[in-house]
Amino acid sequence: MEDNSFNSLIPFGPQHPVLPEPIQIKLVLEDEKIISAEPAIGYVHRGLEKLAEKKDIHQSIYVVERICGICSFMHALCYCQGLEELTGTEVPPRARYLRTIWGELHRTHSHLLWLGLMADSYGFESLFYQCWRIREKVLDIMEATAGSRVIISANILGGVRRDIGPDMLGHIQKTAKEIADSLRDIEKVFLNDYTVCHRTQGIGILTKEEAYELGAVGPVLRASGVPQDVRSLGYAAYGELDFEPATETAGDSYARTKVRLKELRNALSLIIQAAEKIPEGEISVKLARKPEGETVSRLEQPRGECLYYIKANGTDVLSRVRVRTPTFANIPALLKMLPGHQLSALPVILLSIDPCISCTER
Amino acid sequence: MKLIQKAAGKSPWIIHYDCNSCNGCDIEILASLTPIYDAERFGVVNVGNPKHADILIVSGSVNYRSRRVLENIWREMPGPKVVIAVGACACTGGIFSDCYNIIGGVDKVLPVDIYVPGCAPKPEAILDAVVRATEKLVHKREELAARQAEHVAKLRAKDPKGGRNAEKQ
Ligand code: SF4
Repeated sequence: MEDNSFNSLIPFGPQHPVLPEPIQIKLVLEDEKIISAEPAIGYVHRGLEKLAEKKDIHQSIYVVERICGICSFMHALCYCQGLEELTGTEVPPRARYLRTIWGELHRTHSHLLWLGLMADSYGFESLFYQCWRIREKVLDIMEATAGSRVIISANILGGVRRDIGPDMLGHIQKTAKEIADSLRDIEKVFLNDYTVCHRTQGIGILTKEEAYELGAVGPVLRASGVPQDVRSLGYAAYGELDFEPATETAGDSYARTKVRLKELRNALSLIIQAAEKIPEGEISVKLARKPEGETVSRLEQPRGECLYYIKANGTDVLSRVRVRTPTFANIPALLKMLPGHQLSALPVILLSIDPCISCTER
Repeated sequence: MKLIQKAAGKSPWIIHYDCNSCNGCDIEILASLTPIYDAERFGVVNVGNPKHADILIVSGSVNYRSRRVLENIWREMPGPKVVIAVGACACTGGIFSDCYNIIGGVDKVLPVDIYVPGCAPKPEAILDAVVRATEKLVHKREELAARQAEHVAKLRAKDPKGGRNAEKQ
């Protein structure tokens, strides 16, 4: 029989309804099946690493925050931790707890955002809206505690900019419990709904070995069964709080959803724990000296491990800041998952790694 | 024609393009479409196809690579159209204006009708911009219709027997 199938090249993006951000993926298709995929990036490249070398160390906090608006707090935290290490500054305990609370609030809002976008990728609009409705509660807390909804600029070198009072801490705990309650409803849909399971189970499988070899990070790695979470190193106040990395073994989009749902619960419990245990005291100290030398600072962002390399020369202006963001590390894994699937599965697979393009391109 | 004009003012469709932003503005734009802020009560629908859209919402500054995409989207939109620049970056280049890869605000490339300052602007501000954009859209449509009527009247005066053919020109 004659073979009627033929290859076609489809450019996916940079402007596409399921993509919140511009990235182009060039797909080679055989009929409807994806044979290979190649990303083309550069639509959001700004050159922030270079900009951070022009500004002084305090101004650079605001630059690194704008690498990504979703996990802006974590970028600033990673940068500040690096510089605090270089200058030998000891951050007061209260500031470490406040950083943990804000960090976990960011994880909560980021994961809820992702769950919404994921639901949207298979056309489940009402679920998308429900996730975002719950997320607004987190943003309200952010606004009440730091004055802004998404880019909160709470970190400064040597601590945090604002304190959270006891009333507010109580309110945060109450809201965290409320969110945990309302999570139950959406969890049911994500984990049990027939249509949702049909779209996510067995889609975009990444085995444990592949995930490890390709250097995947964050929920993508943990959904393939590697329990690796930088938070277990105990930066900020994580060392004093009780938590376990969420893992799954299936390695498909369903497992990645499940990992993130578990992490949401973890994050909420960490917020409650931290708000209970938080010690009294100072919230910031001055840097002990000018930064000198080089260091690597790591932390766990909602999307995975983020790595900052900072090189200082004893002045107020850094000589190099290099950022390795989680999505960048996950792109090889994404390219591994795509071949063999139908074109219609592409949005689900693409979103299952939680791509953050503005992080990737900086 | 009158009916279409009237209806279009009540249901403007928007398209959002993330030009070069940090995501902060994008998630606020999306948040303003979701139930708490609910931009859809003004008849707004977010569409993915520029050919269906009346209002272009741009977040982030323009860089050398995204410039062409932005221009293409704008060109494919049917007129009259309104452009909203959301965020400090889209207005002037913002914090990114010193970067080597940045051309500047959206108005370096496209005619911007409405500026929404803030980093990131609150959804309330974005809603306000959308409502204003709707008003502007109606205004632009009226202007366009008036210009067309004037043009037809001129052709008629030149060639009274032209009838439908004259209108077509
Ligand atoms: S204005 Fe602020 S929040 Fe918006 S894209 Fe620019 S840096 Fe990000």
